[in-house]
Amino acid sequence: MAGSLRSLSKHVVPAATLAVAIVVWELACRVLHIPKFIMPAPSQIAAETWEWRYRFIGHSWVTLYETLGGFALSIVVGVPLATLIVYSPWMRRALYPLIVLLQAVPKIAVAPVLLLVIGYGETSKVIVAFLVAFFPIVVDTATGLAATPPELLELSRSYRASAFKTFVKVRFPMALPFFFSGLKVAITLAVIGAVVGEFIGSDKGLGYVILSSTSYWKTELAFASMILLSLIAVLLFGAVCLVERFVCPWLAPAAEE
Amino acid sequence: MEKTYRTRRGDLVRAVEDVTLDIAENEFVTLVGPSGCGKSTLLKLVAGLTPVTGGTIHVRDTVVRDPFPDVGIVFQHPVLLPWRSVLDNVLFSADMLGLDPKGYRARALELLALSGLAGFETRLPRELSGGMQQRVAICRALLPDPSLLLMDEPFGALDAMTREELGLELLRIWEARRKTILFVTHSIPEAILLADKVVVMTPRPGRLARVITIDLPRPRTVELEFDAKFKAYSDEVRGLIFASRRTRGDGR
Repeated sequence: MAGSLRSLSKHVVPAATLAVAIVVWELACRVLHIPKFIMPAPSQIAAETWEWRYRFIGHSWVTLYETLGGFALSIVVGVPLATLIVYSPWMRRALYPLIVLLQAVPKIAVAPVLLLVIGYGETSKVIVAFLVAFFPIVVDTATGLAATPPELLELSRSYRASAFKTFVKVRFPMALPFFFSGLKVAITLAVIGAVVGEFIGSDKGLGYVILSSTSYWKTELAFASMILLSLIAVLLFGAVCLVERFVCPWLAPAAEE
Repeated sequence: MEKTYRTRRGDLVRAVEDVTLDIAENEFVTLVGPSGCGKSTLLKLVAGLTPVTGGTIHVRDTVVRDPFPDVGIVFQHPVLLPWRSVLDNVLFSADMLGLDPKGYRARALELLALSGLAGFETRLPRELSGGMQQRVAICRALLPDPSLLLMDEPFGALDAMTREELGLELLRIWEARRKTILFVTHSIPEAILLADKVVVMTPRPGRLARVITIDLPRPRTVELEFDAKFKAYSDEVRGLIFASRRTRGDGR
């Protein structure tokens, strides 16, 4: 009884809190007569979203694949880079300061230049998303690869296993929890990167909708886009968590006895 | 043989100095001494994991320069692969040696049964207690049937009761299938209970204080620890270790 009550409250309490917040928001807008272009009520946002549903699907799709493109690119570039950094002291000395420097540059400041160079198509958004997302992947994967217990490396060496075999069978799987925590940070950053790219210059995507709708005083469309963006970020984060559980089942909390 | 390390600051540190030791085939030798006496370094040298800076190490007729496959290593921590089942962790050694793990399955199961782990083959390491995990690590080292087993404080992280139990279990396995074991420990009773020969080392730089041949009947039991002879060996080892401490204290 107590157990089911606890699990009930686990889901019901946050849902109820959200519902109360929405009701308060709705009431505040109506009672205080707040103009729609300053603060639209939830009902107005919902109505406008429904009106725009087909166009929103298109714009969401664009932002989604820019995000995923940048994310994929950051994995493809980040993992080999992390491996180089861990395996070669030379590469570490050569690359690490550069990577940190690149991270220190505010990406939002770089984006306009980047768009100028690459063009205003989707590729430039993929690149911005990549630039924002790849740092946690490199750092976390490198940390994970460096954290292999030295005994395991000695054991592999005593069995005269090749460096490649040791990497595939020991080091990389050992680094997977670190890799995935990098991915979880990177996926939400990639969404931000894609939107920043769209802000600088684009004619589609949710970032574009936010920018253009606010200039026409259509604040409810901007709110709808923000909600969709958050939804995309949460869903992608959830997807990464799901993949992690599938790939690393041994990390799941042990079943209660 | 000797081993000198260069520290990061460029200072030379003698970890092991002037150690001469003969070990017969199938002998159980324990190395005992305080921390920092180079016991673990000695094991790494024998395994060929670090090169000697002076002298030579022979295993049978070959000089050890690099790691060689006829050796099994057990560390203080089990360091199992958390994603592999117990059985696959035992098969890891065959896998890394480039042998076909399928051919070793039967032997792995036999070893697990011998260590009291029958029924746990499909479990993950995290579902096992520390003592059970260390049993798996020992099975992993024994799987390719190496003629030399190097054990670096293998029971050091376990509680006293599990420690005794695993020690006697190791003896049982060793008596059934003899091999040469070089066993590092901090525990004087453990060193005497297991060994044919106890090597007492003194620290900084690591030197041999004495090699004591243990003349106690096998199979060994815990009751032996109350034996007068056992007590005498224990006092001898303790005396050597404390004597070295005293002289070091006077030297300053």
